[in-house]
Amino acid sequence: MAHVDASEKQEMGVGARFIAFISSVFLAVIIPLIAFAVIYAGFIFLRDSNAPKWVITLVAIVWGVGGIAVLYWVFNGLVERLPPAWTARLQPFVFVGPALAILVWYLALPTARTFWLSLHDRNADAFVGLANYSAIFTERVMREAFRNNLMWIIFGSTFSVLFGLLVATLADRSRWERVSKTFIFLPMAISFVGAGVIWNFIYEVRPVTVPQIGLLNAIVVALGGTPKPWYAWTDIIPWNNLFLIVIVVWLQAGFSMVLFSAALKGIPSELMEAGRVDGASEIQIYFRIMLPYIRGTIITVWTTIVIFTLKIFDVVWVMTGGQFGTEVIATQFFRQSFVARNSGFGSAIAIILLLAVIPVMIYNLRQFREQEAF
Amino acid sequence: MASVTYRNVYKRFGEITVITDLNLEVADKEFVVFVGPSGCGKSTSLRMLAGLEEITEGEILIGDRVVNDVPPKDRDIAMVFQSYALYPHMTVYDNMAFGLKLRKTPKDEIDRRVREAAESLGLVPFLDRKPKALSGGQRQRVAVGRAIVREPAVFLMDEPLSNLDAKLRVTARAEISQLHQRLETTFIYVTHDQVEAMTMGDRIAVLHDGVLQQVDSPRNLYNLPANVFVAGFIGSPSMNFFDSTLVAEDGTYYVDTGDFRIKVPDDLKSRFADNVGKEVIFGIRPEDIHAPDLAPPNITAAPFSATVEVIELLGHESHLFMTTGKNSVVAIVDNRFIVSVGNQVDLVMNVANMHLFDKQTNLAIR
Repeated sequence: MAHVDASEKQEMGVGARFIAFISSVFLAVIIPLIAFAVIYAGFIFLRDSNAPKWVITLVAIVWGVGGIAVLYWVFNGLVERLPPAWTARLQPFVFVGPALAILVWYLALPTARTFWLSLHDRNADAFVGLANYSAIFTERVMREAFRNNLMWIIFGSTFSVLFGLLVATLADRSRWERVSKTFIFLPMAISFVGAGVIWNFIYEVRPVTVPQIGLLNAIVVALGGTPKPWYAWTDIIPWNNLFLIVIVVWLQAGFSMVLFSAALKGIPSELMEAGRVDGASEIQIYFRIMLPYIRGTIITVWTTIVIFTLKIFDVVWVMTGGQFGTEVIATQFFRQSFVARNSGFGSAIAIILLLAVIPVMIYNLRQFREQEAF
Repeated sequence: MASVTYRNVYKRFGEITVITDLNLEVADKEFVVFVGPSGCGKSTSLRMLAGLEEITEGEILIGDRVVNDVPPKDRDIAMVFQSYALYPHMTVYDNMAFGLKLRKTPKDEIDRRVREAAESLGLVPFLDRKPKALSGGQRQRVAVGRAIVREPAVFLMDEPLSNLDAKLRVTARAEISQLHQRLETTFIYVTHDQVEAMTMGDRIAVLHDGVLQQVDSPRNLYNLPANVFVAGFIGSPSMNFFDSTLVAEDGTYYVDTGDFRIKVPDDLKSRFADNVGKEVIFGIRPEDIHAPDLAPPNITAAPFSATVEVIELLGHESHLFMTTGKNSVVAIVDNRFIVSVGNQVDLVMNVANMHLFDKQTNLAIR
């Protein structure tokens, strides 16, 4: 309702007040209706129109951006017409509501549906209880996937963090800081599939009789060794996984380096000077002052990479497709869901993966909060 | 316990010279304050002594040892930083014990020293806290405590009070002075605050643009400033300066400012005899200007008049900002002296406390 000053109210007759009330209700109902009508008309136009492409594009942009602005404006206007107490209560939801609705639609509902599927058989017909889950923990391939994922988590995250930290520390003291950091950071721009192709060349193996075109084997042969099939080297299972993990370290070290570099630069120089006066050597300053100072960043980067390696898929899929004992949880999930068409089993794997990520995620978020990142 | 010597010290950053030919001897157990406006090189001088900044030219000695190439940890110094630079991940106890632990001091000795320092600084209840959980004053005391436990030969303090509020600063000032008396160690203290310098230092070194202007006791610095800069820097409000000529008439000397004439007391004549007829800068402190009726007895009063522009009533005294023709003058007068803005007032200056400076060199004429 429109807020009218008390003095004005007294001057208005009953009839005038009634008209004011009716018109404000009219405004509150008609404006939203017009807005929706306009937005709907835009939708119909976009769906059915045969106009030239650029016209449609233009209309789509105006319709999309303008439509959202109009919706916010209309809803906000409606809420502001309510009594102040209700305005304060509802206004946040006008702004957060659409985002929440989209989150529920795209995240919460699929998760719930996946869980529901995981309790059913391959065609989602019969309810099978926890049978899929017990299969996950008993099947040989799944146990292999769990073992490999554990290796990914441990070595992938640790090496990424260590290497990133090393580069950040060394680059910080070097004249070649920008150049070296650019080169370390560059792989970040390469897709996982692209990285897989590149590393396939590095690992390429040819029969002993012909020249080796793979970098690694060329070096081995030049040093008088025999070429190795590296990631397909089944004699050393599970350690051949390291040849895949290296690829992700190569990709992720840049990410961790950038964050560590920023954190190291954020340490007040007086702190290091205090350490120097207190009698610490440069190495002691590094380990006892600088590293503890950026501890929060280290944990954040580490957990981020742990989550990332838990979900690792592309690299394995491109390089080995899960052969040679390199299966991981995500490749199993893909294979079961989309190759074997066993939606129940695949969903169960997805749920297990989700459950594994959640604790790390919570720890990560808590760390963010401690750093007052949000 | 050690003396500190700066011998022809220069500091250059590339082309820019920030310290020029610094020569200074600090005696054992002395409290010396480096003071000057920002950018004068006082912090750099201290940091060179601490070993945090390289010495471009010249020598710095701690005791009899040239320390130019000695790393900070081997200089037997402790430093309190402006930001305190407490290690945020360590408790108060560990912050204080860190330096001793690095020196492999026995555990019970560390414990004894830390507790003793904490006791004297009132930090015992906070030993298990992290710096984040402390107030500004407490942090400052932890920083001091961290220096104390080291039992260094020289204490270095780089504006340790500038992050405290005005009231706390007064208390902390007294605490540091007491600390110096108790520890009987050499203190070198950097500040831009002349009140801190005057109240704490045995001697004060005034720096300006990287050049040492004067080193002297607070009393001498105030009464006998060596040049115009020191005269203007020490004292608040600053000394009044007038471009003048020293003239002699019938055996009497006068300072002619162009606006008014001041008779030079006869007992000062011999000092200024060489400058008769020359251009000089006449200086008089605001506190040496009085209302005629309220002037203290036994002063050598010389009258002049001025127009009041601004009045600042501080309670116990008033600051009058005035003009005398082309010059502006500040006076600190008794609060019973009632004037209003725009008034032409007659005042007297105590010319016994007058200062004369050479116009060319800016040096005091003595």
